[in-house]
Amino acid sequence: MMYDYFVELFGNTVIAGIASGILMSLLPLFIFILPYALLAVLAERKVSAHMQDRLGPMRIGWHGWNQTIADILKLIQKEDIVASDTDKPLFNFAPILVFAGSYAAFAAIPFSSYYIGSEVDLGIFYIIAVTGLVVAGILMAGWASNNKYSLLGSMRSVAQIVSYEIPTMLVVLSLVMVSETMSLHKLSEMQTGYFWNWYIFGGPGFTLTKFLLIPSMLIGFIIIYISTLAEVNRVPFDIPEAESELVAGYHTEYSGMKFAMFFLAEYANMYAVSAIVAALFFGGYQSPIGYLGNLLGVEWLIPLEQFFWFAAKGLFFVFVQMWLRWTLPRLRVDQLMAVSWKYLIPIAFINLIIIGFITLI
Amino acid sequence: MKEYFSNIYTALLTIFIGMKVTLKHLFVPSVTIQYPDEKPELPERERNRLYVNMDDCIGCDQCARACPVNCIQIDTTKALPTEDLGKTSNGKKKALWVTGFTIDFSKCCYCQLCVFPCPTDCIYMTDIYEFSEYQRNNLIYDFVTLTPEDRQQKRDNLAKFNAEKEAEKLKAASEIKIKTETEPKKDQPKE
Repeated sequence: MMYDYFVELFGNTVIAGIASGILMSLLPLFIFILPYALLAVLAERKVSAHMQDRLGPMRIGWHGWNQTIADILKLIQKEDIVASDTDKPLFNFAPILVFAGSYAAFAAIPFSSYYIGSEVDLGIFYIIAVTGLVVAGILMAGWASNNKYSLLGSMRSVAQIVSYEIPTMLVVLSLVMVSETMSLHKLSEMQTGYFWNWYIFGGPGFTLTKFLLIPSMLIGFIIIYISTLAEVNRVPFDIPEAESELVAGYHTEYSGMKFAMFFLAEYANMYAVSAIVAALFFGGYQSPIGYLGNLLGVEWLIPLEQFFWFAAKGLFFVFVQMWLRWTLPRLRVDQLMAVSWKYLIPIAFINLIIIGFITLI
Repeated sequence: MKEYFSNIYTALLTIFIGMKVTLKHLFVPSVTIQYPDEKPELPERERNRLYVNMDDCIGCDQCARACPVNCIQIDTTKALPTEDLGKTSNGKKKALWVTGFTIDFSKCCYCQLCVFPCPTDCIYMTDIYEFSEYQRNNLIYDFVTLTPEDRQQKRDNLAKFNAEKEAEKLKAASEIKIKTETEPKKDQPKE
């Protein structure tokens, strides 16, 4: 769509390709991720405050809504401190890699049926592969900081992400088996119509398999939610950043904009995994109750509505992540590993087999 | 095997119970008081900064004597017989110009012992507790309503009055002396 417009404008397919590529890749950053991160940081503070019967930031703007903007301005002005014994190239490169990893995942996330950064057929596979970069970046940051807390934090983080990626992928695999596609766009398209067509309710159509799938899908949803929570290092799986034992884990030595990049990447990641959960189980950008645009006969309203529904579903799961953060205490390292290897992985495997049999019927 | 499943069950159950609690607290009104904008309601008999209503003060010095840390300094000047200072609100006659009444709040221990002996209830505790200063001298509060010139004038008036009285006395004494000298000693045994 964007490409065709540029071809018309420049009359040259190469320039049009480059221009539309740059524009398409920058759009989600400026339209979605930055405003979202600003909102999410504020929401995190507000939600945590109200869950503890406090008020949170109240000074800047109405109920402190400008607080994160002020914080970002402060972070930009800050001195970029690099400790003397750090491995400088790695130290400087790590935040970029972490952010690139989490940002790259947004390329394949379908915000609406009209806007997908890159419509790859292996969408979900690509997202899981590219978020692996984050692990490398975190390990890099911890190692380059030359600080025992950072190294411990990053090692824990890597161990955690690697072990929790298995249940995530098993659940994704079972979903791929049911839907027979890896493209998030097609997955969302399949769940069109009303909310009973979502995969959490067994997928489209009223067949026997739909009703047989419902319990397996519920289990799958719980497993993928827990394991993606662990992948983004959120409480209760926050031992990599455990403030009370490791200061702040891998980003202890970072300051200023580099710290802000880690922060941004963390919040972008939170949304990315929520978006994956929403796209796989909750219909992606599909409205649960039909479109207002169809009702009124206004074509251009539909993509906006789809964007709204996708953002709303993602933000709801981000809210649940925050909610869990103020509910649950941190897991010990052995408990963390036990949850993954003793509980999530076997159950995910059995779930996978059951779903396989059901789809055969 | 049974333990394995009961573990899963308790884990999920307790997570949902915890989430219910936190969700409930999300909608509980917060206990925060936005301090400089809204202030907490103080208890009924709170003790904070003192205030002296100088209209009622008779300069009896009882509060200064009651003070355990000697932070009250009172300086009084007698009123002339011609001057009428009026009465206090509870009907006590004022006979003294209070030319100095300072309380040093850097010393004050907020014990309220000065409040009880006051015969006219003119010294009392207020609800003001925010009066920090950068200079310690600024914590010495002067409650006198008279201007410094007035105070000096009252002192001068009294001094003048006393001097006049003294002079009159002297004059009278000398007159008596002259009289006694001029008049023959008639009734000496009076002494």
